[in-house]
Amino acid sequence: MKDVVFGQYYPTGSGVHHMDARAKVVLALAYIVLIFFVDSFVGYFAYALFVLSVTLVAKVPLRTLLRSVKGVAVLVLFISIINVFFSGLGEPLWQWWILSVSVDSLLHAAKMALRILLLVLGPALLTYTTTPMELTDAIESLMTPLKWVRFPVRDVAVIMSIALRMIPTLMEETDRIMLAQKARGASLDTGNIFKRVKALVPILIPLFVGAFRRAEELALALDARCYNASPKRTRYRILRFGWRDLVGLLAFGSLVAVVVLGAVRYDFDGMIYDLVASWVH
Amino acid sequence: MSIEVEGLGYTYMKKSPYEKRALDNVSFRVEEGEFVAVVGQTGSGKSTLMQHLNGLIKLTEGKIKVDDIDLTARRPDYKRLRFLVGMVFQYPEYQLFDETVAKDVGFGCRNAGLSAEETEDRVRQAIALVGLDYDEIADRSPFELSGGQKRRVAIAGVVAMRPKVLILDEPTAGLDPVGRREIMEMVLSLHRTVCPTVLMVSHDMEAVAEYCDRVLVLSHGTLAYDATPAALFAKGEQLRDMGLDTPASVQLSTRLRQNGWDVPLCLTPKALAEAIAKALEGSR
Repeated sequence: MKDVVFGQYYPTGSGVHHMDARAKVVLALAYIVLIFFVDSFVGYFAYALFVLSVTLVAKVPLRTLLRSVKGVAVLVLFISIINVFFSGLGEPLWQWWILSVSVDSLLHAAKMALRILLLVLGPALLTYTTTPMELTDAIESLMTPLKWVRFPVRDVAVIMSIALRMIPTLMEETDRIMLAQKARGASLDTGNIFKRVKALVPILIPLFVGAFRRAEELALALDARCYNASPKRTRYRILRFGWRDLVGLLAFGSLVAVVVLGAVRYDFDGMIYDLVASWVH
Repeated sequence: MSIEVEGLGYTYMKKSPYEKRALDNVSFRVEEGEFVAVVGQTGSGKSTLMQHLNGLIKLTEGKIKVDDIDLTARRPDYKRLRFLVGMVFQYPEYQLFDETVAKDVGFGCRNAGLSAEETEDRVRQAIALVGLDYDEIADRSPFELSGGQKRRVAIAGVVAMRPKVLILDEPTAGLDPVGRREIMEMVLSLHRTVCPTVLMVSHDMEAVAEYCDRVLVLSHGTLAYDATPAALFAKGEQLRDMGLDTPASVQLSTRLRQNGWDVPLCLTPKALAEAIAKALEGSR
């Protein structure tokens, strides 16, 4: 239960961890948007290099980072297969019924796979180096402009941080209830699908009852402390933009430059095409 | 029927920044009929130790043998072990789930594959053993009971499995003094009637002094003491260094002795009152 992808903060106290969470969120968003404009191997190599160097600076073990890819492995495989056989690009090397394989389709599939993998790795790196609390603070701060259109930014932020705060608690509770029911002879991982679903009832019911109990207690506690009574709230953690964030922005800026220039100036992809083609023939 | 633990060790979340050594080289032996308390500060490894004893945590280091079940075997019979060693978790009332009290108490029996009649028999007996009235509550929802009743129902759910060893993790947590006493009296009666061997994790030193035959003290994952309550609480200072309290009657009798009173070290208020009365009589 403990190794779910959520809340996977990996503390090492590195420079990346100490960056302003807002800068990291903006960078992650830019990273995601930009990857959809990358259509060359140069771009993907630059991206991979970027992820790798950030990982090194953050002192997160590569193996730990790669664990986050596990969840999309099946998707990547599926998309690659579809792309290899159905893309219909280029001169077919092999053909059968509506399926065909060509150098172009192979390269295209590789690009798609790289895109998805890199798409997952970037945000994963964000969650490895930023606590959920910092993330909500950052998102709240970035949503501030919405206050002008009367959007309840503060309330949404509080709801988000409470939800995030409760995830580990509920997981712990799930663990405890599972142990307690196992101690009463419940078997959770044997039998067919219907049996297994039925075996979840003794876990889910106490879990929901507990969640509602906690929600009620929390609501009372908030009320008792006059939550929302004061119009202007101050904060405990204050986010500051510092030199580390500047370094991060510059690093990302150079990634953008490489992606743009690399695609324009060098015919790197042509070289790869020739290489693969000669190897195949 | 005995429990043998030898060189037991355990590390949580190995090879991660959250790695934590919870138990280190713990060895002891509990015989049938003993009422043993396990005490120690939060995080000293009490729960980890208890969860090893009925196989909820798989043995990784050392040896455990419960009755004839050897946990070092390649595939120990966990199912039988869990019915041999009943485990009542902290705040057990939070694990109730079924529509009626009777069904919830019978959950363990049904998992064991017992017949409907056998289950009903055991449920009836278990509910009576925890001091509740079967006819009154059997068909009610466990969620409409009072806190104390819920806890008793949850304990009945374990008792109905007829374990030979009963493990309780802080059975009196969150109760008022009256509730604590009631639950402890109930545990004592279970110890005398159906579950001869009882291991109880507790922070409540008054209860430990009054009810238990023997105390295991865990400190930072190692077994610091294994002694009778009288011998243990005589070490007042050393216990305080480990973050443990001594019962009020022990503290008071120690101070009386320091001031020249002729009273023995008393574990319970009742014993202390009698000792003081005797001392006063003698000095007259």
